[in-house]
Amino acid sequence: MPEQPYLQVKGLSKAFGSGPNAVTALKDVSFTLDQGKFLAVLGPSGCGKSTLFNIIAGLMAPDGGDVTLQGESLLMRPGRTGYMLQKDLLLPWRTVADNITLPQTLRGIRRRRALENALEDARACGLEPLLHRRPDELSGGQRQRAALVRTLQSGKPLLLLDEPFGALDAITRLHLQELLTSICLQKRLTILFVTHDVDEALLLSDSVLVMGCQPGRIIGQYDLPQEKPRTLKTLALPRLMAVKAEIMALLDQEVKQHAKE
Amino acid sequence: MQRNERICRWRINAWRWGLLAALIVFWEAGSRLGLIDAFFFSSPTEILSTAVVKWRSGQLWRDVAYTASATLLGFVSGTVTGSLLGLLLWFSRKVTLVAEPWMVVLNALPKLALAPVLVIWFGIGFSSKVVLAFLMTVIVAAMSAYGGVQSVDPALETLMTSLGARRWQTFTRLVVPAAMPSIITGLRVNIALAMAGAIVGEFIASDRGLGRMIVYAGTTFDLKLVWVGVVVLSIVSVLMYAGVVLLEKLLLRRWMARRPE
Repeated sequence: MPEQPYLQVKGLSKAFGSGPNAVTALKDVSFTLDQGKFLAVLGPSGCGKSTLFNIIAGLMAPDGGDVTLQGESLLMRPGRTGYMLQKDLLLPWRTVADNITLPQTLRGIRRRRALENALEDARACGLEPLLHRRPDELSGGQRQRAALVRTLQSGKPLLLLDEPFGALDAITRLHLQELLTSICLQKRLTILFVTHDVDEALLLSDSVLVMGCQPGRIIGQYDLPQEKPRTLKTLALPRLMAVKAEIMALLDQEVKQHAKE
Repeated sequence: MQRNERICRWRINAWRWGLLAALIVFWEAGSRLGLIDAFFFSSPTEILSTAVVKWRSGQLWRDVAYTASATLLGFVSGTVTGSLLGLLLWFSRKVTLVAEPWMVVLNALPKLALAPVLVIWFGIGFSSKVVLAFLMTVIVAAMSAYGGVQSVDPALETLMTSLGARRWQTFTRLVVPAAMPSIITGLRVNIALAMAGAIVGEFIASDRGLGRMIVYAGTTFDLKLVWVGVVVLSIVSVLMYAGVVLLEKLLLRRWMARRPE
């Protein structure tokens, strides 16, 4: 009997609206992800990446298909995965400490204990001196680091990161990418990561899923050859350059075809 | 820059108090020189001496305490009840859809017109004044709280759901704190409305209070006492308003994030 995949997404489909105005956001999306692996989902805007994440996070019901984590269905069961969005979504009236401990306190863990648990991640992300500050006193990068620590504190085995660094400047983004890579390797996290940026996908992930638009579907999947951690230099290696060229060509073709339609 | 601001603030305060002093001096001088009719307008010194006599007899203090306590009781009970009602609407979209137009109608209804009915229902004693002050504030508080509930970022609600928060957890940790600034900023309006309610209740029928004092003095052509009532009422209103502004500042510092620089 074959071993069951850690995360299995099978035949997912989802449409919004009805009749002639219906938009098919996802059509027969299937893939698997092994434990401890980092999968980047690439695709043009409106290809259903966020819909896919919302379904996996249990926030939205699909029209068809199933999502299982270690054999257990995730459909409409929120709180089973850690979810981080492009907006940091820190609660403005709470300090950094209270924001990052939120997932634990929601599970009934006392604040003090929760903070002790979160301290290691906060330290790793350079947040320790900022714990008593409020979100409006932080820079964009610091806020996103706090959101990352909060996601890590969810204690969930699968993390869904939906363009978490999309709104940051290039330097801050690079720092956070390095930070995420080191945390992933250290904790052996299983991560699904949405991005528009091919370089970001190649820098962080073990494999890349490329999605096409209308309907949202998988048009390519690539296992990356180079060992992690990767740097900007390793992205210039011929093996990764070749993958990048293929992905770019695929995306280009998809966008052009979509524009014609 | 800070020094300039301090000087500017000092000048504004000087102008404010200067205008009041000029009004008192003009009033006093005009009354003594016969420029204004002393019977109809009295004079600051006459008002002060009448107020001192009434204070020493204990009547003024009793009336102030009566009006102030009716106002405060109506304000607190109306604000708390209204805010709770407005906040609880978050739980049910259906109830909100039913309640919303009624809230608008009740808000537009001139509650003061109900004063004679309320005095008949609750008697000429303390309770009718409190009920009127309560009615004046409850709908405004409910509307403010509901406005706060509507302003909650849906993405934050999604975040709470993705973290596995239960409905009541989202309510207590997100909806209530997020609506707090709206509730707090409604307090200023409500304290003035509560006082108007209590005073009108006393105008209709009462055996005590500043409103009763003014009506009684007016019917006996004791215009000096009418002026005492008006001046003392103004002072009590200003003190209560200042108290609410102070409370607002303290609460907002706790609940609302400071603006980014």
